[in-house]
Amino acid sequence: MPLLAVDNLSVTFTAQGKRPVRAVDGVSFSLAEGSVAGLVGESGCGKSVSSLALLGLLPRRGVRVGGTATFDGTDLLRLPPKRMREIRGSELAMIFQDPLSSLNPVVPIGRQITETLARHRRMRGSAARKRAAELLERVGIPDPAARLRDYPHQLSGGMRQRALIAMAVACAPRLLIADEPTTALDVTIQAQILDLLGELVRSEGTALLLITHDLGVVAGLCDTVTVLYAGRVIESAPRHELFAAPRHPYTVGLLDSVPRLDAEQGQPLRPVRGSVTDAIDWSDGCAFAPRCDHYTMACLTGAPELTSVGGDRDGHHHRCVHPIHPTPEPSAARAAGEGSVR
Amino acid sequence: MVTEINGKPGGTVGKADKVDRLAELSARHDSDAEGGSLLREAFGRLRRSPMAITGAAIIGTFVIVALLAPFVVPYDPAAQLWGREVQPNHNVFVGPRAENWFGLDHLGRDQFSRMLVGAQNSLLVGVIATLLGFSAGALLGGLAGAAVGLGGAWGRRLDTVIMRFVDMMLAIPSLLIAVSIAAILGPSLTTVMVAVGVAQIPIFARLLRGSMLAQSHADYVLAATALGVRRRRIVLGHVLPNSLGPVIVQATLTLATAIIEAAALSYLGFGNPDPATPDWGAMLADAQRFLVGAPSLAVYPAVAIIITALGFTLLGEAMRESLDPKLRK
Amino acid sequence: MLRYTIKRLAQLVPALFGLSILLFFWLRLLPGGPENTLLPDDATAEQREALRESLGLNEPIIVQYGLFLQRLAQFDFGNSLQTGRPVMQEFTTRFPATAELALTAMLIAVCVGIPLGYFAARRRGSLLDSGAVAGSLLGICIPVFFLAAMLKVVFAEKLGLLPSAFRMSPGLHYTEVTGFRVLDSVLTGEFDVTVNAISHLVLPGLALSSIPLAVITRMTRASVLEVLSQDYVRTAESKGLRPHVVRGRHVLRNAMLPVITAIGLLVGSLLAGAVLTESVFAFGGIGSFIYESTQQRDYPAILGFLMLIAVIYVVVNLLVDLSYTLFDPRVRVR
Repeated sequence: MPLLAVDNLSVTFTAQGKRPVRAVDGVSFSLAEGSVAGLVGESGCGKSVSSLALLGLLPRRGVRVGGTATFDGTDLLRLPPKRMREIRGSELAMIFQDPLSSLNPVVPIGRQITETLARHRRMRGSAARKRAAELLERVGIPDPAARLRDYPHQLSGGMRQRALIAMAVACAPRLLIADEPTTALDVTIQAQILDLLGELVRSEGTALLLITHDLGVVAGLCDTVTVLYAGRVIESAPRHELFAAPRHPYTVGLLDSVPRLDAEQGQPLRPVRGSVTDAIDWSDGCAFAPRCDHYTMACLTGAPELTSVGGDRDGHHHRCVHPIHPTPEPSAARAAGEGSVR
Repeated sequence: MVTEINGKPGGTVGKADKVDRLAELSARHDSDAEGGSLLREAFGRLRRSPMAITGAAIIGTFVIVALLAPFVVPYDPAAQLWGREVQPNHNVFVGPRAENWFGLDHLGRDQFSRMLVGAQNSLLVGVIATLLGFSAGALLGGLAGAAVGLGGAWGRRLDTVIMRFVDMMLAIPSLLIAVSIAAILGPSLTTVMVAVGVAQIPIFARLLRGSMLAQSHADYVLAATALGVRRRRIVLGHVLPNSLGPVIVQATLTLATAIIEAAALSYLGFGNPDPATPDWGAMLADAQRFLVGAPSLAVYPAVAIIITALGFTLLGEAMRESLDPKLRK
Repeated sequence: MLRYTIKRLAQLVPALFGLSILLFFWLRLLPGGPENTLLPDDATAEQREALRESLGLNEPIIVQYGLFLQRLAQFDFGNSLQTGRPVMQEFTTRFPATAELALTAMLIAVCVGIPLGYFAARRRGSLLDSGAVAGSLLGICIPVFFLAAMLKVVFAEKLGLLPSAFRMSPGLHYTEVTGFRVLDSVLTGEFDVTVNAISHLVLPGLALSSIPLAVITRMTRASVLEVLSQDYVRTAESKGLRPHVVRGRHVLRNAMLPVITAIGLLVGSLLAGAVLTESVFAFGGIGSFIYESTQQRDYPAILGFLMLIAVIYVVVNLLVDLSYTLFDPRVRVR
């Protein structure tokens, strides 16, 4: 049984006097104990909203959440708020995108870690401070005992993200959700933070749900990958399979738009044209059609179903009328897919 | 419309058809998206805001009453036509009746006529005081802001001198400034206008300068500078017009403050002593003496002042909200 | 911190100097001189001239200003023309009354406004929220003197619940220590005076609190709404913290920062409101004295009082800025 099984998750925003917007629409994926799953898509595809829904952090008013998310036998989406608060921070923890705005500016770093320990582990005083210093050291912050008294604005971006990670892993959660943990950081720091996450996950046996728009990040860490577009899953597969034989034109487009070192000099990048705002409703057809080179009339009549690639390619699904058939020489990023982490 | 579907790529349905269909579906998807310039968007939000509508309705009514007052006023507001019926010293007052809808004031004048003409004078006080504070304050603040923007040691020095002066004035409560000016000019309607207006100058000056400085750090100023646009053109052509938003909001709010402060000055004895041109502030101040015997004499002008001030405040606050990019949904 | 304080106070000196020039010449523009108000109407021209001469009003205005500055260097604002006593003394005897009144009003505004604004923001769109927003809009639109007079008529004169004028009832034994009657009577153990003085503060305090209450409610509401949408509140929620910890440590602590600044800036409007409230309740503070001084053309008194008010305003805001650094670690004074 997987640690987390999300089934048919949907999130609808209903603002007064406006057409309800379905930000997440029938998304399913699962995550085994100690594994790493990637949730990939452009901004606005519903990946962050999905993670907030799992933790019960969406506002209660104006939001409808449907489906189930079974975590360790309980449905997270139907937990009473009080129970949810007991799980959050202890069993389930989250790392957010922008470490500066995600840390309280007027409370010292140390206090922001110890308050989690106090809440879930009943650890207070010098014991909690000692544990907080250990955590800071664990995430690679030098001179941790002194940093406890620092305020977020006194740390660098990378250090802030490390502190945020220390906060999240304080109570040794079984599932860590990281929402674009590296997007706000410098490139050199990004790699360090990803290494830290990979190392933490491996040594503690924590499962990680990594939410990102960057397939390069996914390539290094994830066991399985789910690609979202306009609120729906358009392709999901084990990492190797996805990088070796992507079926959906959007996935191919994402792979092609990642710069590669082994590309011939002068060969242009091929970005996916247009933007997420060029979309049509899923009920009318394939939402990706406006940006797709291969769309036909068939793509514009009703939503394409999620189809299993089947047979030996178990666990590979796509939602495309005209899937791309793998050629002997796969289109892109094979090298990235083969570089194994574990 | 295409109803017949052929799913095969390169099928019998032509390329043009599938493009049309896509365009149609895209249009349907985008149907409730909004577009337009920042200002138009702000105005659109303003028009839908119940606060703005209420405020505008109140102001509209007030302005119409004020403009029509001289033509519809039933009696001479200064004439003590029923002077013998009222004896304030013996607590004899006349309440509303068929010929005097709001009753009589303490001198036997028609309260309704005085309220109508009072609207006219209160509007005049509010508008002129605000215009005075706005124009002088904007001149000072704009000068300081432009001096900083146009740069140079002299520009900054000019800015320092102006702003020190403004800060000095801000350290004295505006009502006390108004009182000291009113004391020089002696009680009259003009005094009230000038005193209230001058007291607002530092607020407008500080606001416009601050807004201009904030704008001059905006990316578009950097871009224009990089493109080699002349400084004077950037400051006067881009920074200044873009900085006016908060100042206009403040002017709307000041219309409310001016009417209230005018009443306060009247209460302190600097108001308009001329019975032929009553204003609500002076009427309210006069009525204070009879609060126990005839509270309604005070309630009519008080309610009028409160509602009018509320109208300007509502509109001003709604404007502020609609201009604030952070509050956009 | 100390250097910052000294720097801020040092900046005050040229500002006050400028202010004194401005006010000094400005007030000399007042029509009619003190000889008209201090002497009976049938005084002769010689008598008037003698008075002007003795007050130094016949010197060239520059010389008058020089003399004024000379005295000012020793914190002497000259003597009040109405009472003949030093302006400084007039101020210090009256200031406690105004300060007591202003503090009462601020206390009401803070104790009611912050919780009201907070709960309005938490229940955005509820009846409480609409009521708080409407109430705070109304609060800044009611003329203070009218509100004061209505409270006086209804609660003091009609219902007889509270006293209608003065700082305390006549005939009570009161020992002056600081001039703050509530404080003094507690210090000396005259608790009957404490109760009496507080009862005299309620109505003027309520009237004077209308504007600060409205401003603080609105500021708190807007600030809490802003903070509630911040990422760090979501982080705190994601840690599963108990609701009271999220609200106290993470929401309120950040939301109070702009409110603290607003409190400092409200001091000016409090002092202005005091002029009106004090005259309605015959409270005998600096407000009523300024009013009388303007009527009497008491130049030294007006000048001294306005300058001292400016000093108080600047000092209070300095204190607010200094205390701000205790609440916001991002702001460090230089």
